Amino acid sequence: MINENNKIKRAFHMPNAKALIVFLTAGDPDADSCVKFIPEMERAGADLIEIGIPFSDPIAEDEIVQAANIRAIKRGMTTDGVFDIVKRVRERSQIPLCLKSYLNPVFHYGYERFFEKCGELSVDGIIIPDLPYEEKAEVEEPANRHNVALIPMLAPASEERIERIAKNTDGYIYVTGSKEAVPSLVESIRRVTAAPCAIGVGIAAPKQVEHMASFSEGCIVESAAVKIIEEYGKEAAPRLYEFVKNMKEAVFAINL
Amino acid sequence: MSKGRYGIHGGQYVSEALMNEIQRLEECYEYYKKDEGFQAELTELLNNYAGRPSLLYYAEKMTKDLGGAKIYLKREDLNHTGSHKINNVLGQVLMAKKMGKTRVIAETGAGQHGVATATAAALLGMECEIFMGREDTERQALNVYRMELLGAKVHSVTSGTQTLKDAVNETMREWTNRMADTHYVLGSVMGPHPFPMIVRDFQSVISREAREQILKAEGRLPAAVVACVGGGSNAMGAFYHFIEDKEVELIGCEAAGKGVDTACHAATVTKGSLGIFHGMKSYFCQDEYGQIAPVYSISAGLDYPGVGPEHANLHDTGRAKYVPITDEEAVSAFEYIAKTEGIICAIESAHAIAQVRKIAADYSPDQNIIVCVSGRGDKDVAAIARYRGVDIHD
Repeated sequence: MINENNKIKRAFHMPNAKALIVFLTAGDPDADSCVKFIPEMERAGADLIEIGIPFSDPIAEDEIVQAANIRAIKRGMTTDGVFDIVKRVRERSQIPLCLKSYLNPVFHYGYERFFEKCGELSVDGIIIPDLPYEEKAEVEEPANRHNVALIPMLAPASEERIERIAKNTDGYIYVTGSKEAVPSLVESIRRVTAAPCAIGVGIAAPKQVEHMASFSEGCIVESAAVKIIEEYGKEAAPRLYEFVKNMKEAVFAINL
Repeated sequence: MSKGRYGIHGGQYVSEALMNEIQRLEECYEYYKKDEGFQAELTELLNNYAGRPSLLYYAEKMTKDLGGAKIYLKREDLNHTGSHKINNVLGQVLMAKKMGKTRVIAETGAGQHGVATATAAALLGMECEIFMGREDTERQALNVYRMELLGAKVHSVTSGTQTLKDAVNETMREWTNRMADTHYVLGSVMGPHPFPMIVRDFQSVISREAREQILKAEGRLPAAVVACVGGGSNAMGAFYHFIEDKEVELIGCEAAGKGVDTACHAATVTKGSLGIFHGMKSYFCQDEYGQIAPVYSISAGLDYPGVGPEHANLHDTGRAKYVPITDEEAVSAFEYIAKTEGIICAIESAHAIAQVRKIAADYSPDQNIIVCVSGRGDKDVAAIARYRGVDIHD
């Protein structure tokens, strides 16, 4: 388990507060822009940032995030490049940070070396879409030793697996699936754990944030943010600021 | 650690959303594996629909020409739909139907697995959708039309490298979005457990027959069994019942494309490294950061950056060896077996023939070698013509 220095809980700190989690793909459109975007998103009210390590075959992503992965790789982004982005972000911000990566880049970097680097840069968590509960043992020990939370994912199809997985939560639970199915999934999770649930189901508009945050502890915004970066490239910072600010206001509306 | 391990390889590295489904699949498979009714129904389909058992043909002219071991060809090309793929597909589609599924989906490279899946779906009354890389739909246009004739819908996959690995990605995505009525008929001994085991078991009919046939014909086991390896399903099927016979050499032939020292190959065991992709730990062609590398082969069926986990383990333990065969060697073997034996084999299978041409003379005439002719080569004729500079299109 992670210790009290881990910053994820800050994202979910206020009683009944809802967290806004925003994702971007490292290296899209380039490293310098990502270093600029993250503090802008924080200033606009993001509580936690997920940084995607680009992968050649992002099987669990939609077309928008897939395209961002391919763009970033084409422009030369590597795992070392991602850590460099994190290092530069950390020079100006202590916002809770999670990485999101497929297992192969982590495996190739070397589990120990990867999580040691995360620890040094005060990365708080990691989401690995192709690492189910049954396989997590090979990653868990080095991750925890460096105080990096392994964020579990749950889907409506998890059914009887929910209890086992949810009870062992570090950080927060990444709840995925269809927009219609997540409310009852969160209800099932509630029965077994008090760990925060953050919903990642293609949330793109403030209205959706209001709805999703009404029965969870937070919303994860992925494609919608990536799409802004796709459209505006290096000039995306003010657009991202505006977008995140609107989303955050929707979260506040719930908090009131 | 999860189930389905072959040494350090294998496992179940898939998204949480798929875990229940693959665990259910495993339970169902374990049930039907022991269910006599199911096995009888499958045997009936294999024998009276697919045309099994396939011949073990003594290639006398090739034997004389190469001057060494007697060469036997395991004729999977004579199966209905023209390749070994039908063995696995009939098993999986029949099982899917018993599980209450009404729809099957599959990836395909050369189109052989897609055609086989569409065939079984037509026969057993299932809806069928096939995912095929855009590049492959172009080089195998005839197979696309064939699948459509059989009632399947073919999706041209435009993501990534637009070949087999991307077709697998897209089929996985489709399955994750729609599991309730859909079974993913994975075509090779790869992917998350239980697929490598299920596909191997259904393909092991090849070596079960071959072992009996060779003992009957020669009164002794083969000195070697040779098969081509992409994901590795025909090779795993051809090796399986010989694994315990330590004196039988097992040789897998990988696609070396334009050569293993160029960037254009798909020689996963020879040039790849350990990784985790498509649900399994195994060997993959990838860069130093674990990005899956674009691979190349003249053969769409071998154009895959990974290899099944059981093969990876057979390599680790030294039980099987894996050798690279270039496009040029394969094309030359394709022409050779046509002229020598009157057999137009698949360009995939020609990789195995090429290896036999290299090694036959190292054995004595009282020894024998079994080569798996995994498929027939009608689909490749136009591509081979183009390779030789003759402008023919499908």
